[in-house]
This record gives sequence, structure tokens and C-alpha cells, in this order.
Amino acid sequence: MPLEKITSVAGRAVSVPGNDIDTDRIIPARFMKCVTFDGLGAFLFHDVRKNADGTDRAHPLNDPRFKGATILLSGANFGCGSSREHAPQALQKYGFRAIVAENFAEIFFGNCTTLGIPCLGASRADIQRIAAAVAQNPATEVVIDLAHSEIRFGGQTVKAAIRESAREALVNGRWDAIGDLLEGADRVKKLAARLPYLSV
Amino acid sequence: MPKSLFQKVWEAHTVRTLANGQTQLLIGTHLIHEVTSPQAFGMLRDLGLKVAMPNRTFATVDHIVPTDEVAEPYADPLADAMIKSLRRSCQEFGITFFDRATGKQGIVHVVGPEQGITQPGTTIACGDSHTSTHGAFGAIAFGIGTTQIRDVLATQTMALGRLKVRRINVTGRLGPGVYAKDVILHLIQTLGVNGGTGFAYEYGGDVFDRFSMEERMTVCNMSIEGGARVGYVNPDETTFAYLEGRPYSPKGAAWEAAVAGWRAVASDPGCAYDDVVTIRGEDIPPTVTWGINPGQAVGIDGCIPDPSKTTAVDEKASIEEALAYMKLKPGAPIKGTKIDVAFVGSCTNGRLSDFQEVARFLKGRRVAPGVKAIAVPGSQGVGVLCVSLGIDRLFRDAGFEWREAGCSMCLAMNPDKLVGDQICASSSNRNFKGRQGSPTGRTLLMSPLMVAAAAVTGRVADARAVFNVA
Repeated sequence: MPLEKITSVAGRAVSVPGNDIDTDRIIPARFMKCVTFDGLGAFLFHDVRKNADGTDRAHPLNDPRFKGATILLSGANFGCGSSREHAPQALQKYGFRAIVAENFAEIFFGNCTTLGIPCLGASRADIQRIAAAVAQNPATEVVIDLAHSEIRFGGQTVKAAIRESAREALVNGRWDAIGDLLEGADRVKKLAARLPYLSV
Repeated sequence: MPKSLFQKVWEAHTVRTLANGQTQLLIGTHLIHEVTSPQAFGMLRDLGLKVAMPNRTFATVDHIVPTDEVAEPYADPLADAMIKSLRRSCQEFGITFFDRATGKQGIVHVVGPEQGITQPGTTIACGDSHTSTHGAFGAIAFGIGTTQIRDVLATQTMALGRLKVRRINVTGRLGPGVYAKDVILHLIQTLGVNGGTGFAYEYGGDVFDRFSMEERMTVCNMSIEGGARVGYVNPDETTFAYLEGRPYSPKGAAWEAAVAGWRAVASDPGCAYDDVVTIRGEDIPPTVTWGINPGQAVGIDGCIPDPSKTTAVDEKASIEEALAYMKLKPGAPIKGTKIDVAFVGSCTNGRLSDFQEVARFLKGRRVAPGVKAIAVPGSQGVGVLCVSLGIDRLFRDAGFEWREAGCSMCLAMNPDKLVGDQICASSSNRNFKGRQGSPTGRTLLMSPLMVAAAAVTGRVADARAVFNVA
């Protein structure tokens, strides 16, 4: 299964500021009553985007200036809480291709990488610079460059960090591990036979 | 070289190093439930793959099950489709399913230990972040996403980066009326909600040595609320005594051999840790959350923070955001906060000892007028034990609704939900915005006995005073 080599993501960005944005906020649990991930994009950030009567609340994703953004900017510990892959699935189905935040919760980061969504860490000051450029001109093209671990926007360049194993997997088209894992099948059998609780 | 349990288990389960530097790790035990697995089975079918070791995956149904009207079809067609989908997939792929009819159904993190499936020295994965619970037995247990569930189903392995290990010692003794829940809430408050990112937490010290398995599970359960994907306690006599005679525990000569292996897997004296934290048990008060993440907590004698009193920009902003949502008064004592709902249950505090401890003090007391109180056993097994001991009767007599097993109001994927901006005193694990099913609902996390104290007084109260705990 050849996968796309994700070396860069270029597009418009939107800032959803705040720390500790959890996966319940990204996709509330009641929208997980489904047996496919299709359609989750519509419920992304639902409870902070919508009033009880279904009308829009003030939220960056409801702001027409940022429609079509493919890069999400946020704060520290993004994606904390539940391991639900519904959260990155909802982000991806909504149209996001990359996330830039101060740092990420562990399980969320792994889930995103497996779906081919690069999660890049950057300093708060740099994220604020990108957000400021985007706020001034929402059409600003933001380029996430995984080959050089940097982000370019409006003539500026800032450093970005991503765990090397994830970067390697994304740029070499190995972000979905299933092909690699299946190749190890014989070794798995041998190892399992050596472990008492698996050999009985 | 002395090694930690984490290191030993990781090495024993390493298949190979992958091209990107991650480890292909053998997952000995895989637990699944109805919410995060249907899509994984769909992916298997799309790829034409089979389940590699169907006898090493165990399924149950917990998140969406109603706790009152349990007969199928469920009133909610979406929930009904989910349980039927799981049942069909288990049949198709030859997976053991602890369906309600087996009497073994319950929250996946209650059922695994109860059945003796959770064992020391093993690797466990489940599509649920509270999988860290199983670390109480000295297993290395990971919460995973759906694509990784597919990986484990198809290959019995997954790709992972190695974690660092932080040893957390809790020394001395806990005071009367202070519980495992207070220990973990206090630890999260102290180390931060993302303090554990990149770490496995190894819990130990006098307090953990004395803890029962159920208390250890409560702490390990909420490792993820502190950012640690994995939390564990080294196996000891308490662990072996709990496991002996359970349905899936080894028997006869295999039992002796297994115990010898389990003893050997514990961290060696003098092994190296990446970090060590020590906390005195005596310093831990009954702890209650006031905000919108589990780190926003305070001792029962403490006050809700006042954002105007802090100069740290981040802290100020997060307090303001939390208080705007919680509608609580800055600087006010947490004690006395009026509550609308009381919930005892969840994979954190839905085990026999949780209900036993509350029942000990609930006799002759009544839930305050206007408070809706519900008790939800973590499994059918826990429910049966509670009934046989008359515990359900004590709860009912006090005015609690006694329900059937499930996740229930912890995340409200079933009909048990907060309404509007109700405040719930809850023995569960998350107080995120909207967590308990209403987009404006409010959650105060605390120990089961503190929930009971709130239920009978209608307000956040010190259970030690309400119940004369000494």
C-alpha cells in the first residue's frame, strides 16, 4: 500500500486559541454513536460552535474569513483526554491537514500521525506571530515544511518541532504502520511462543 | 543492570525496531468495546485481513448501554446499531464477547481484572484512554485509537515509541477519609495535566504497598488525566491474592510458575528512573475539582481560585475560562457549593470496595431533597456482589437509584445525562466542558464517599465531618 509522502502542507490557517483543548471538546461523546467515521466533520467543536438552538456562536471556525483553512493553530496540551480517534477523524473530515500547537497529548499525537496529519510543536510566540499574520490577512499562505522542520508564512520563517519517528514516517510515506507490522508476522509468532501467557 | 518493570516488559514484547525508529510491540491482551472498534473491523474487512490471534481479544459493551431499560432493542437506534455491530464482528472473527447474557458484561476496565485476564508482566491495549487502569497489576497497558485497534487485531502488535519512566512514591499514611481518588487528584494537581506526557508512571511507596488492588486501579486509571499514557504498580502478594482463582487466571502448576514469573517482573531494587517524585501521604486532603480539567482541584478546606490574585498569564486565563463555564465565585470556599446530581460509578470508582465504603456510612441517611443520586456498578459482577451483600438496598433506602452496569454518566453516551447547567458531584474521571452529556453541564470530581456526603447534604461537604469518619 503506497502512501503519500507528506513532506509539506500548504494552505490557509485558523487559530483556535487555548490550552488543554480536550477531545471531548473537539468531538463531544454523543456524536460517537456511529459505526463509521463518515460525517464527523460536521460536529467538530460542536458545543463551542453552536448554541442549544442550533445557531452559531462566536468561534473562529464560524468566521467566514477563515473558511477553507487547512491548518489549525492552538495552545498547549492540545488533544488531551479520551483516546477517541473520532477527534482527529473529525478534524481531517472537516478539512484540516496539519496542526500547529505548543505541544500535544500523547495518544492524540499518535492517532493524528497514523492518519497522516502532521502535528507540529512551536513556541507560543511563534504561534502568535502566525496567528497575527493570519488575522491580518486570512489569505496568507502558511507552509508546514516537514523536510526542514519549519513553518513559513508571509515572508517569515519559524522553527517547528516534531518527534523524529513521526517526521520520518510522514515524509517517507510510512505513517500508516499496517504494512510494516504485517511484515513482522513470523517474528510475532515466534515471540508469542516464548511468552508463557501467550503460549498456553 | 537492575531494570524497571517497564523496561522488562517492553523488552520481552519487542518484536523489532521499525524503519522510523519506533518499536513493533507485541500486545498480549487486547480489550475492545462498542464505541471505538466498529470502524477498526470495517478497516479489516476493507483490507481483506483476518484477526491474527482471536483468542487474545476480549470484547464487552459499556459506553452506550442503558442502565435502566437494558432489554434490546435499545430505545436509541444508534446505540442499538453499535451493540449489534460489535456482536456481529465478534461472531465473524471468533472473539470472546462478554455480552449481557453471559453475566460478565461491564466496563472494560472492570471486567478485565475481574475475569483474571489482566495479569502482571503483560502488555494490554484497548481503544480507551483509561486502559492505564490495568497497570495496577504490573501490566503495561496503553489506550489506543481506532487505527491502532485495527493494527492489533490484524497483527497482535502496534508501533510505539518507548516511554520514559517516572517513579512516584507516596510515603507514610493517608488520613481517615482520604482515598485513592484523592491521591490521584492530588498528584494531577501537583504534577499538572500534561506533566506525564512522554512518561509511564510507576507508583509505589508505603501507601501503594498497603493499597488493595481496587485502590491501585483507581490511581492507575487516572494516569492519563495527568498526561501519562501508562501507569503501573509493581506486582506483589496483594496482586497474586486478587488473581488467584479468577476465571482466566492460571491454574495448578501453571499458577505457581506464573507467580514466579510475576515476582521476577517487578522493578529491581536500584533500577534507574528518568525522574522520581515523592509525596507524603499525610499531605493529601480529600480533594475536589472546581474547574474544567482534572488538575483544577483543591483540598476540601480550600477555596476556588481568584484569577485577580495571580500574575501568571496562562494560569489567569485558564482560571477565568474555567470559572466562566463553572459559574463559581472566585475566592469562595469549595465547601458548600450546591449540587444537583450525585453519581457513584465509572471505571475509576465503580468497583465493589467503592460501593462497600459508601454503604458503610450511608445507613440511616437520606439523599437531600432536590438531588438526583445514581449508583452504577462497574460490571454485572460488581452488581451481583453488591446485591448479595445488601449494599444495593442501603443505597436505595438512602434515596439513590441503583442501576445496571455501564459507563453511564461518566461520559453520558447512554441516556444518563446532566440537564442544562446542573452540577454533578461525580466519582468519575473527567470534568471537561460538556463531559456529562449537557453542553453546559458541570462536574465536580471527588471520591465516592465525598459524592455521598454531597448527596446527603446537597452541597460539597467534608465527608469526614458528615459521616464522622475517624
